[in-house]
Amino acid sequence: MILNPSLNLEHYWQTLPPDWPGGFWWHWLVFTVIIIAFVLTLVMGYIWIERRGMARMQARLGPNRAGPFGLLQPVADAIKVLIKEDIIPANADKIVHWLAPVVAFVPVLMIFAVVPFQDGALLADLNIGILYVVAISSVSTVGIFMAGWGSNSKYSLLGAMRNVAAVVSYEIPLMLSVISVVLIAGSLSMNQIVMAQNIPFILLQPLGFLLFFIAGCAEINRSPFDLMEADSELVAGFHTEYSGMKFALFYLVEYAEALAISAIITTLFLGGWRGPVLPPWLWFVLKVIIVFFVMVWTRTTLPRVRIDQLMALAWKFLFPLALINLIITGIQVLAWPEALPGVMILVNIAIMVILVLLWSRFFKLGWGRVEV
Amino acid sequence: MILALSGKEVAAQLEQQFPGSIIESSENNLLAKSESLLDIAEYLKSSPELDFDYLNYITAVDYYDYFEVVYQFTSLKHNHSLVLKTRCYDRENPTVPSIVRLYQGADFQEREIYDLMGISFNGHPNLKRIFLWEGFHGHPLRKDYL
Amino acid sequence: MAIKTEPFVLNIGPVHPSTHGVFRMRATLDGEVIIDMEPIFGYLHRGIEKLAEERTYTGVIPLTDRLDYIASMSNNLAYVLAVEKLVGIPVPERAEYLRVIMAELQRIAAYLIAVGAFLNECGAFFTPFLYMFREREKIIDLFEMVSGQRLLYNYMRVGGVSQDIPEEFLPALDKFVREMPGFIDEYDRLLAENEILLARAKGVGILTKEMAINCSVSGPVLRASGVKWDIRKADPYSIYDRFEFEIPTGEVGDCYDRYRVRIEEMRQSLRIIEQAMEQIPSGTVKSEVPYLIRPPAGEAYAHIETPKGELGFYLVSDNSIAPYRCHIRAPSLMNLTVLREMVIGWKIQDAIIIFGSIDITVGEVDR
Repeated sequence: MILNPSLNLEHYWQTLPPDWPGGFWWHWLVFTVIIIAFVLTLVMGYIWIERRGMARMQARLGPNRAGPFGLLQPVADAIKVLIKEDIIPANADKIVHWLAPVVAFVPVLMIFAVVPFQDGALLADLNIGILYVVAISSVSTVGIFMAGWGSNSKYSLLGAMRNVAAVVSYEIPLMLSVISVVLIAGSLSMNQIVMAQNIPFILLQPLGFLLFFIAGCAEINRSPFDLMEADSELVAGFHTEYSGMKFALFYLVEYAEALAISAIITTLFLGGWRGPVLPPWLWFVLKVIIVFFVMVWTRTTLPRVRIDQLMALAWKFLFPLALINLIITGIQVLAWPEALPGVMILVNIAIMVILVLLWSRFFKLGWGRVEV
Repeated sequence: MILALSGKEVAAQLEQQFPGSIIESSENNLLAKSESLLDIAEYLKSSPELDFDYLNYITAVDYYDYFEVVYQFTSLKHNHSLVLKTRCYDRENPTVPSIVRLYQGADFQEREIYDLMGISFNGHPNLKRIFLWEGFHGHPLRKDYL
Repeated sequence: MAIKTEPFVLNIGPVHPSTHGVFRMRATLDGEVIIDMEPIFGYLHRGIEKLAEERTYTGVIPLTDRLDYIASMSNNLAYVLAVEKLVGIPVPERAEYLRVIMAELQRIAAYLIAVGAFLNECGAFFTPFLYMFREREKIIDLFEMVSGQRLLYNYMRVGGVSQDIPEEFLPALDKFVREMPGFIDEYDRLLAENEILLARAKGVGILTKEMAINCSVSGPVLRASGVKWDIRKADPYSIYDRFEFEIPTGEVGDCYDRYRVRIEEMRQSLRIIEQAMEQIPSGTVKSEVPYLIRPPAGEAYAHIETPKGELGFYLVSDNSIAPYRCHIRAPSLMNLTVLREMVIGWKIQDAIIIFGSIDITVGEVDR
């Protein structure tokens, strides 16, 4: 546009979203700032919620010195991490080691480009929204593997390989649950999915929500699937050898991914920004925080699974259930497109309960001892 | 109550099986020759009325003229126990047969005695120092160490 | 065409973020599976047996505190029982009851740490560990009332205990004994039927009965393998034959059984404490012993059932004021003999759990 002076500028002005004053680049700039501010602030909020919430559930207080109720604790953490010395292992692959946090963090930030904060308020209303999200979120795995490889340490390599195996396995149930939602909403665009939720999809797709939540927790390495960075086993997994700002970026990646999954769950299943009294962006933030709180809750309560049990869970439990969910949703959309929502809700919840109970009867977790 | 078997009765039985192996026996313990230690231990473990299947401990004491290695066995089924001792008079390189083949619990204990007292055990699969590092000179628990 | 792989050696420890101390496992791995493992310890060797030869008989008691620093009342008890056997000193009744109460309280406190650390290694991120520490704080407060110390009590003496209990001890103990079963039920409810815990711990690290007996294993590890052997019942020391309690045993000998045995034994300990509290008489708490004890020449072995297993002291005396030889039969060292057998064929994560379920304290292994 800038290089070709003969382009008709009138045509250019008409491609704007109708309610936006100023040009396309203003839109991009303002939203970039909003997204970065949103992610950073909410990640700080997440760190605070996790530490205080987990502490309270464990019969202790949690950080309460830095600022009122410990609200400035994440800021203190950030400052501490920034002023630390950056140690690189001697035989590490310097470029790979340096690039890994960047490659891990940038895709996570790019997910937020298609998350709607209000009706039409997103950076880019792609009509392949959710497909873009799933594609981009897989790229950060490459960054994690680069971190494990470039650190030249056995612990890091083991952690990174486990991580890659887990993420690749859990992509499939994730996508299949998303496809079920898309079938009901009728469009891949995130904005359209929110507009189509007159009743939140969590009621129409309870099994899909459950599968997405579990697969999402596994994707972002949260307990009970956090064996990638399990404290008591591999010291810290793939980011053992990182310190200083790079470690801060990995820490940020973990919480930003949690934020991303919560945002996607809110958009797909909980109705995004829709809600009665409060302004829409406040509803969005509230729902995102509630989803994260459930994640903290499961982290505090449940023990960790083993790596082969993790894989067995993905392939033998979640994947068949996701397929069955997709088939049933397809049948419902084709055969009863005008059915009453109340009936559908009850039918779907009954199906979820029956399927989950049935499958867990026949499911054996992991293989045992190997003969040596 | 665990009955501590009298050394004299067991000595009588053992003398029949392995003549000449018992040096002396008293109310509380039994002193045997170190060469016949393995046979005695095997008999104690396999004989049905004695049936000593549990090794409580192995320890060694340094009396200045000799080292004395003390074993205590217990039978979980019959609920009785026995103390067996053996001596070695060699100060430079004392050796005693190892009973790891019969009681695997003797593994670490014999390594400990080798490490701290210097008594070698014949037939131990992995006789190296356990608490102190390789290359340590001397055996600390001996009375003439410091 | 198979990909050529080669096994590599991984060092787990000596400093690792579990609570068991400085212990190193040198594992040879093929992928994730452990094909060989060698335990290496000695990082905490302080030479307690040699030091004991230079102290008086009463001066060895603080040394025994530091053996199994989590259960130091039990260590004291084993040592003073050995000395009393050597010399032949009678112990007053009140002191016997106090000893039993302290030993059983110590058993509960040590099992709380053992179970908490085991669950921490399973991955339940400190939550059960901190709940159990809440209860342990109450026990430690009771001990502080009695001896002034929170961890290394130095409370037992040859011929009794060092001082009598203050008045607020028995009411506080009563309150604790009434509340504790509720807390044990709370832990059970949260964890006993938890799917993930069952998947991690059931069938993992099986120790057969024959192997356990052959390797001189003792304590909850032996009982979980199905052997009903508890020194409090088999060879009662002190006044344990006056109390009524049961010995829980497991069937299979896996990590889950070891966890269950410890939880059940906590309940049995509470029963013993209740009975002891009812029967405790009044009187002196220490019989008259000379300041420097000179036992007649001879030897004695006394063993008790500590939370880790059978702790025994073998004392040889030559009629002087210091022991001629003091050998400590450490249960953690014996229990470690089976670690290699149990771990081979499992993965690293299981190795950590199996090691946690044996529950050793490095102070006792290394002495």
